[in-house]
Amino acid sequence: MSPYGVRMAGAIVAEGLRKNFGTVEALRGIDLDVASGTVFGFLGPNGAGKTTAVRIFTTLLLPDGGRAEVVGLDVVRDAEALRARIGLAGQSAAVDENLTGLENIQMVGRLYHLPAAEARRRAGEILERFGLAEAADRQAKTYSGGMRRRLDVAASLVARPDVLFLDEPTTGLDPRSRMDLWAMIRELVQEGKTILLTTQYLEEADNLADRVAVVDLGSIIAEGTADELKDQIGGEVLELHVKDPAQIGQVAQALSGVGTGEPSIDAEAGKIRIPAGSDGPVALLDSVRRLDDMKLALEDIALHRPTLDDVFLSLTGHAAEQDQQEEAGSGRRTRGRRRGRGRDG
Amino acid sequence: MSTAVSTPAGVQVASRIRYAFADGMVVMRRNLLQISRIPTVLILELVQPIMFVLLFRFVFAGNITNLPPGLTYVLYLMPGIFTQNAIFGSTTTAIGLAEDMKKGLVDRFRSLPMARSAVLVGRTTSDLAKNLILVLLVIGVGYLVGFKFQNGPVGAVAMILLVLAVGFVFSWISATVGLAIKEVEGVQAAMFTGIFPIVFISSALVPVQGMVSWIQPIAERNPVTIWANCARVLALGNVALPTDRTTHTIPTTSLEGLLAWSAIWILGLLIVFVPVSIRMYRRLT
Repeated sequence: MSPYGVRMAGAIVAEGLRKNFGTVEALRGIDLDVASGTVFGFLGPNGAGKTTAVRIFTTLLLPDGGRAEVVGLDVVRDAEALRARIGLAGQSAAVDENLTGLENIQMVGRLYHLPAAEARRRAGEILERFGLAEAADRQAKTYSGGMRRRLDVAASLVARPDVLFLDEPTTGLDPRSRMDLWAMIRELVQEGKTILLTTQYLEEADNLADRVAVVDLGSIIAEGTADELKDQIGGEVLELHVKDPAQIGQVAQALSGVGTGEPSIDAEAGKIRIPAGSDGPVALLDSVRRLDDMKLALEDIALHRPTLDDVFLSLTGHAAEQDQQEEAGSGRRTRGRRRGRGRDG
Repeated sequence: MSTAVSTPAGVQVASRIRYAFADGMVVMRRNLLQISRIPTVLILELVQPIMFVLLFRFVFAGNITNLPPGLTYVLYLMPGIFTQNAIFGSTTTAIGLAEDMKKGLVDRFRSLPMARSAVLVGRTTSDLAKNLILVLLVIGVGYLVGFKFQNGPVGAVAMILLVLAVGFVFSWISATVGLAIKEVEGVQAAMFTGIFPIVFISSALVPVQGMVSWIQPIAERNPVTIWANCARVLALGNVALPTDRTTHTIPTTSLEGLLAWSAIWILGLLIVFVPVSIRMYRRLT
């Protein structure tokens, strides 16, 4: 493969990577080794340091300590050569909304130093592939959020990079567009690309990533496959939403002993969360029975897989504090939808 | 495998320069496309010079004294307006850069294997092209209110080139300010608080002799005075030569002196601001 000698290291490697912004430690010594041809998920809330790490790997930012290599090239020393081998899309990159889709991709192709004819051919090819062929001659400002994001990813692929960095590629997208983008990302992996993806959604990391690192306050606090992480956290969670918040104490009392651990109670929101291990359905039925006996009304009850919040509560003892936590879980469509609609309407 | 560009050590100076030029042109083309897609921006930019022409031509004209003998105010004014217009027009360099930074386009560019100078070269050259259009339009406006070139076509073309060069210099200054401030609103405020005094404390709009005595030496040394005087002589001939008692080492009372000083200022400012702004671009975070 490499004429410079065989490297055992992965496609993306970091050792003790540090970055400070003034007195804020954005990265506190991150170690990473991403195998070639795999997807690595960087999971964490806003401000955890995910984007900072991506910006260092893509040569946008100089590290203050440690070192990082992508495809065997040092992000500081070999920055120039490295840029020809990587693609960046998502929160950290953008398309020009006044240019058409085709013009955008062609421009990026030219700036990767593809010859004009090839840039044009590749642009057409890639727009076709991402379902943007019909919109190719429209200005990007007329695109929907999902189309824009696809165009963004398409632009990063025009010069066939070996490693792709996707910084929160689906944040703010509707579920349909998110699924589309997931499908695209899976295809790219099948072609053998190495992808580093940052996300706030455990579900996303779960769906796409071979391995996941949970990042908090500039450090990696857990790393493994999504299943390994979920096992660490302890499985399913039963969440109840009480109809009358005044009754929350009664409800909590009625449910004592249900589940596998101490419930967490949010009196203000009228919510109770009970860890249920792998016996979720039992805990659910048990709760329903008890509450029905006591005629205590519920707004909602659901069993869900661990969310990013659960990961954080379990690993750090504090919540992830991010807006979209609703969407990260499953089984609570109604509330999530209502909230989502408020933004659109 | 990737393209031929990725050989780190083998990148020769010649191909570097070639790529720097080619990349700059790609970005310039993109900026020009942008202007063509939103022409209202250009039209809005034309409003300001027209307003200045009308205000000074019809409101201030009768009150302006100390004009060089043989010049009417409209003749005196217009070359100054062209210069002023080129300088004001350069604020779009900073604004365009700030917008690209805000939208994340600069991040994308910086992650690409393109020349580090290209975004700035592309921006300053597209603004140069835009300034050419604006200058021609404002010359048209000048003709409507009584201005006329009086020094032949060579003089007229030379004046246009001088004015464009001045605009180009200020584009690089503007780029430096844009990279330092990074926010569109802040950039607008900074450029105008900086540019207004520089343009008004000069001979661009009114003769220096009418200013308060302590401000006169400042105005005389202001490069805008030199450029405006030079533009005036190129457009109108020797009749427009300034009569100020000058303290410059090369006298500025001849066309040659004015051209020499104009060139010194233009090159001097470029030598400072081109590398400074490119360095700032490299070090963006």
